Amino acid sequence: MNSDLTDTNSQEDPIITIEGMHKWYGDFHVLKDINLTVQKGERIVICGPSGSGKSTLIRCINRLEEHQRGKIIVDGIELTNDLKNIEKIRVEVGMVFQHFNLFPHLTILENLTLGPIWVRKTPKKEAEETAMYYLEKVRIAEQALKFPGQLSGGQQQRVAIARSLCMKPNVILFDEPTSALDPEMVKEVLDVMISLAQEGMTMLVVSHEMGFAKSVAHRVLFMDGGEVLEENEPNEFFGNPQHERTKLFLSQILD
Amino acid sequence: MEDTLHPNTTKEIKPPVINIGIIGWIRANLFNGWFNTLLTLVFAYVLFLTVPPFINWALINSSWFTTSEECKASGGACWSVVTTNIRFMLFGFYPHALQWRPLLAIVILIALLIYSRNRNHWRKSLAYAWAIGLFTMGLLLKGGLFGLESVESTKWGGLPLTLLLSVFGLTAAYPVGIILALGRQSKMPIVKSFCVIYIELIRGVPLISLLFMSSVVFPLFLPEGMTINPILRAQVAIIMFTAAYIAEVVRGGLQGVDKGQYEAAQSLGLNYFQSMRRIILPQALKIVIPPSVSILISAFKDTSLVVIIALYDLLKTTQTTLTDPKWMGYSSEAYIFVALIYFVCCFFMSNYSRKLEKELDTSL
Repeated sequence: MNSDLTDTNSQEDPIITIEGMHKWYGDFHVLKDINLTVQKGERIVICGPSGSGKSTLIRCINRLEEHQRGKIIVDGIELTNDLKNIEKIRVEVGMVFQHFNLFPHLTILENLTLGPIWVRKTPKKEAEETAMYYLEKVRIAEQALKFPGQLSGGQQQRVAIARSLCMKPNVILFDEPTSALDPEMVKEVLDVMISLAQEGMTMLVVSHEMGFAKSVAHRVLFMDGGEVLEENEPNEFFGNPQHERTKLFLSQILD
Repeated sequence: MEDTLHPNTTKEIKPPVINIGIIGWIRANLFNGWFNTLLTLVFAYVLFLTVPPFINWALINSSWFTTSEECKASGGACWSVVTTNIRFMLFGFYPHALQWRPLLAIVILIALLIYSRNRNHWRKSLAYAWAIGLFTMGLLLKGGLFGLESVESTKWGGLPLTLLLSVFGLTAAYPVGIILALGRQSKMPIVKSFCVIYIELIRGVPLISLLFMSSVVFPLFLPEGMTINPILRAQVAIIMFTAAYIAEVVRGGLQGVDKGQYEAAQSLGLNYFQSMRRIILPQALKIVIPPSVSILISAFKDTSLVVIIALYDLLKTTQTTLTDPKWMGYSSEAYIFVALIYFVCCFFMSNYSRKLEKELDTSL
């Protein structure tokens, strides 16, 4: 299983290219000179202490945050202030949030079909079939007509993953998908993410789940103070960290 | 065998009799502790002093269908002031023979409102029903088509006028208020400052002064010979005024929606209007149902201020009735009657808002 997971697809097909990107909140320099290329089918885990800018980095990729310098190119489209381009990119880039952010006034099924119906202009019936397919996949189909408030945290996060899958994205960004969950629910969400990985989905995951990183990531990035300090394939990263701060961080979370 | 050994494990245990039933309720709510017992007794005494005399006045000694002289003799409430003058109170100067028309219009309106109470009926056909209903009501009031005699709007008055001003005022003010609230949150500086100035300006003046402006100042700017219907002018003033208040309430609702909802909507690729229409507004408006209904209720009652620009709404027709020397001095009865009408309408609104809140609650 591990062999096909670490097998990167073609090296010549970058889906995300970030060049010399900087971001400030007011005077505060949150992201410093970020350079990152993500190939199609690649899975990257980003870790680092809180406040290191890792969430901000992936939120820049679908323009939930604006960068001030440098270039971000997603799927051949450069992110600028052009609203049309931003919306185009958001359709191709799925996002899973720490706090799920399901729409509480809509049923699970409606949560899943909303994007396809209004953005992709899919006919309602087809959208519902797709939605049921993905709900089946995250093993939650029997809850389709309930409201998010009636589901547990783990179930909600699986619905959130299904919701982003329904848009048939090329990349999915995960912003700490398991850190708001009760411990016993972490596994059910990680299992869904691992099966996504096995199907070759391109994933950028901000997470401290080191087991997950070891089993599915092609690369692990360590960020601190708004910079990418270290970048390596998982075995090297965990077995032989180079940077002092990486060593310190790993020793703290692995205890 | 086992059951007899452990009789309590299989049977449900009932609470002690002392805590349930009427006696239990009375004990728990009226006589728990000496202070509450004292309060109960004091209130019982106050009720004893006030309720029987009121019933005596309002029901037992009252006269219902008599002349004013007979009223004076009876000493009780004189409901005759209402029954004798009800047509003027309800319809003002609308031609006597044609008053079935506004009455029918009101019946249609009430029927539509009651039918719309059930959210299962909210289909496209209901929108058509409202469109047809409103057109019919307008036609019934105004006439001039299909052989109906035309009636000048200056003769409209009483309850139809009050309902007209409120129903149109409130339904038009709500969307305008939502647009103003969204405008106030806009990133475009001109839109934003327009909305802020509008809201602050309108909220900063009393409704009376707006009504005065619309009836006295505004016509000064119109070209010579051009007039705008005074009811329409009052209507616009009421809409403008109510919309400013609605806008601020809705803005509160928009701020109450979690930031993650905006982000989730954006990350699906929904554009601004889609995310507002599908995600943000449904949640924001649900949060603000109680304060919006408060505003709608007070706006409904505020329509009575149109008396100052010489429109004969329900309250003004009642006042006019009371200037008749025959019926002077029976203002309590007349005003109780009008208050009842207002109360029923307001109660309908607040009751409906509670129903809506319950139905839309998905948090469980």
